[in-house]
Amino acid sequence: MAQKVHRKLGDERPKEEAPPAVRPPPDGVVLTPEQLRRRRARSIAIASVLGFLVVLFYVVTIVKLGPGVVLNRPL
Amino acid sequence: MSDVSVGLNEKRGLSLAPEAPGGLASPRDYIALLKPRVMSLVIFTALVGLVRAPDHVHPVIAFTALLCIAVGAGAAGALNMWWDADIDAVMTRTKGRPIPSGRVTPQEALAFGLTLSAFSVVVLGLLVNALAGALLAFTIFFYVVVYTMWLKRSTSQNIVIGGLAGALPPMVAWAAASGTVSLESVILVAIIFFWTPPHFWALSLYRADDYARAGIPMLPVTAGPDETRRQILLYTLFLVPLALSPVALGEAGLAYGIVAAVTGLGMLALAVNVYRRRTGTEAVRAAKKLFGFSILYLFLLFATLLAEAVVAGI
Repeated sequence: MAQKVHRKLGDERPKEEAPPAVRPPPDGVVLTPEQLRRRRARSIAIASVLGFLVVLFYVVTIVKLGPGVVLNRPL
Repeated sequence: MSDVSVGLNEKRGLSLAPEAPGGLASPRDYIALLKPRVMSLVIFTALVGLVRAPDHVHPVIAFTALLCIAVGAGAAGALNMWWDADIDAVMTRTKGRPIPSGRVTPQEALAFGLTLSAFSVVVLGLLVNALAGALLAFTIFFYVVVYTMWLKRSTSQNIVIGGLAGALPPMVAWAAASGTVSLESVILVAIIFFWTPPHFWALSLYRADDYARAGIPMLPVTAGPDETRRQILLYTLFLVPLALSPVALGEAGLAYGIVAAVTGLGMLALAVNVYRRRTGTEAVRAAKKLFGFSILYLFLLFATLLAEAVVAGI
């Protein structure tokens, strides 16, 4: 009986996990360093174009409104 | 590759490189889709139309108009590369383009071209004027649908009729500046329109094998090199006096007249040279000379028109 109790207690002790034989594949597509570099370059290019368009549309709006409209508007 | 693209390629009996996974392109590849060399010619000729138009617009609006015309031309180029990826893959001159080489997928090129087309037309229409926007939309439609999808693979007159798309940018710019089109803008279009056949046929004379392999019915492939040489000479004979017509109509000055006359004689001499030298390396060299000089010819004509307008405005 005592041996049984001891064995039971022994079973409850935490066991060290053995390392898995094969690592599970990471989720999604894994990009190569070159693909990451190109994606980053594309992102920077898109951001630059968007920033340029914001400035362009702002300036064109001012031009089409005319300087008098913007600078002499009632406060 | 989309099912549609696969179906088209099977129908044409041609095949693309193995399917690319996408996401491999750098910004440089997208710039290549815009055909920057063609775009530079479009920007230059449009600038001439903009500067020579009777009404002057604010520099910011003029810049916006040029930008939209350039982007619209680039978008048409991207859509052309999307549609022609199968024949680009078998031609030496074009097999390194982004789609056949697998750096850009056809879907990416299609989305890129459609987005830029819509963007350039809408922005030009809203920020500059509706006529310019409509003309740009027509130009893109003509290049992509009429030339690329229809004429290019079906008739030896492909670059004659399709050349209209490449000729229209000065008129679009003229409309952007003045809100109308006039006789001078029509003459600018006509000069580029009649310059296109001798220019491209000179190239196709020494690239005939390439075009034949891709199944494109360019004139040297369908009618033979001798008929092509005759057509080059005929178009040049029409082009040279046409290029002088702005002087006769009082729309260009003496400087333009001298440049158009001297360079026109050069074009004629080179076209005659192509007509006479029909075999061997001499024939190839003659065609290459005409092709190279034709670019210089058009550049000098438009540069002189630009210079005259700038000097007159000072």
